[in-house]
Amino acid sequence: MALTEQELRSLDYEPDTGGHFGDYGGRYVSETLMAALSELDQNYQKLKNDPDFQREFDADLASFVGRPSPLYHAERWSKATGGAQIYFKREDLNHTGAHKVNNTIGQALLAKYSRKPRVIAETGAGQHGVASATVAARLGLECVVYMGADDVERQSPNVYRMKLLGATVVPVESGSRTLKDALNEAMRDWVTNVDDTFYIIGTVAGPAPYPQIVRDFNAVVGREVKWQSKELFGQYPDALVACVGGGSNAIGLFYPFLKDTEVAIYGVEAAGRGLSTRQHAAPLCSGRPGVLHGAKTYLMDTNDGQIAHTHSVSAGLDYPGVGPEHAYLKDIGRANYVGATDEQALCAFHEVSQVEGIIPALETAHALAYAKTLAATMRSDQTVVVNMSGRGDKDIFTVAKLDGISLT
Amino acid sequence: MSSNRIQQRMDALSAIGRKALIPYIVAGDPTPSVTVPAMHAMVEAGADIIELGMPFSDPFADGPVNQRGAERAIAGGTTLRSVLDAVSKFRQTDQQTPVVLMGYLNPVIAMGETAFCDACEESGVDGLLIVDMPPEEEGSLVQGAKHRGLDLIYLAAPTTTDARLATIGQATSGYLYYVSLKGITGSSKLDTGEVKERIEHIRQHISVPICVGFGIRTAEDAAAISSTADGSIVGTVLVSQIESLTNDPAKIPEALQSILKPMREAMDANA
Repeated sequence: MALTEQELRSLDYEPDTGGHFGDYGGRYVSETLMAALSELDQNYQKLKNDPDFQREFDADLASFVGRPSPLYHAERWSKATGGAQIYFKREDLNHTGAHKVNNTIGQALLAKYSRKPRVIAETGAGQHGVASATVAARLGLECVVYMGADDVERQSPNVYRMKLLGATVVPVESGSRTLKDALNEAMRDWVTNVDDTFYIIGTVAGPAPYPQIVRDFNAVVGREVKWQSKELFGQYPDALVACVGGGSNAIGLFYPFLKDTEVAIYGVEAAGRGLSTRQHAAPLCSGRPGVLHGAKTYLMDTNDGQIAHTHSVSAGLDYPGVGPEHAYLKDIGRANYVGATDEQALCAFHEVSQVEGIIPALETAHALAYAKTLAATMRSDQTVVVNMSGRGDKDIFTVAKLDGISLT
Repeated sequence: MSSNRIQQRMDALSAIGRKALIPYIVAGDPTPSVTVPAMHAMVEAGADIIELGMPFSDPFADGPVNQRGAERAIAGGTTLRSVLDAVSKFRQTDQQTPVVLMGYLNPVIAMGETAFCDACEESGVDGLLIVDMPPEEEGSLVQGAKHRGLDLIYLAAPTTTDARLATIGQATSGYLYYVSLKGITGSSKLDTGEVKERIEHIRQHISVPICVGFGIRTAEDAAAISSTADGSIVGTVLVSQIESLTNDPAKIPEALQSILKPMREAMDANA
């Protein structure tokens, strides 16, 4: 139910003690994991306010990731769009090429402080797997990454990257052989090896406290935009735009602005071949509430409640669920969720590459596609900040193939 | 009344010093027509309670064998509605053997929790075990189940703390499903000595019967477990047998019997 603006300003946007955001979130897992999740929750709530932990996290973000990332005025593209001024939050310039590393640094530190010598992760396109392998290498932790067998084939450069970094990549043959199956397999590993293993979840999905942890580690993005926008144009942006698969880059940008209701918020889902087809990955736009991977949230399922196969040109958005906090923000009316099709995303991918000299990730291209439409409806003295969540190097093979070009 | 069928069975077993043998198969695996004959055959082989899996596309607490069972059932057209139909049909000739539906929450939400509980009562289901719904997340399903006298069976694990045992003890009815090991269904590292110790500990917190599952493969396992627990739950080894007969499903009921009968005998020899 949509809340009034005054109500939206007065919320604290924190989950309850059971990890619920309104009706969503929670801990829908089998009993074996309950103890591990509550141990993680206790450790996290303690470390969150531990100055040593925070100092180490901030230092790593500065010296290893390269933060703060710039807020960049896309002047030529803004002019071409003919409306609001568009700014890119340059998460693509982070070490490993995406926002993902903000979270993996944080969670790997949690593993270290919790004395777990082994970390596991799931990955779709491979970005979170690479980010996890990277920080595991740096901290000397054993790292196992689960990846759908189809994704292993589609994303071979990232598979090799993970191996170079010393991680073991396990192809998952079950189910649809993609991200959701990798997540199932990682949960199975965790259930079996819960004593010595820390599970680094890559997005704001999963059982509590993960949605909160991943959000908090990514919130550095929105906090930087707050001071950077004041510095660059003297006020907060009029609108924020980010792509939403699980939704970690989006929540990282949105969260610090939730109480600032004058800032409009747009999450862009993968509309695939169109929201009216069933070939998309847009649970908030056209799914319904259910339970998947340990949380109640919007998801895509069949009439019988089986999880549906999804489609997106972007592997990182090709997921049938979404973080529970986004489900909550949708219902209370604080954020708007829209879709961009494969075609619109590819168009933005090419345009931004050519007009701004930045090759965006295909995930990010969905946000760019919607930002363009939105900016065109706004005045030229208004501002839109898009989270440039990742760079597109990993996608050049996919795009070339779609354009009928062979790179090998 | 369906509500007491599990308790009646447990009481009756306890009176004669016998332990419960509880087989698990996935409803509709590999085709819907196999399920009811398989249920009757398992009762004939000595099953006391039947756990019937409601297939789900993403069963993250299950091992690969049970996941493939669910995938076969879904591919064969099995839905939650047809699982309930199988129970109705089973009840036409067996009003005694308790049936527990085991599965994941999302298909239940898709049907609607209240509608699901109504349908369970109508078709003669006795208990529900929803793997991904711990007592902390109880909602309209729990209310609906209680209202209709359906038992709610919860899991306890080696990692469960005493504080949570108390919570689970209050929530669970019928029996407690003790997960014998840290792992998924079908794992192979069952340590019966450790299980015995845990069960003795759990009994201090929980008054309902305790049945043990995950990792029981042989008649010896079943006998060892039921020397301390109130029942042995056997799943993966049966689903694995079904898998080997997907091309000859008519043989499935008998093949399940040939696994369960030695278990029954070993458990009874123990008593």
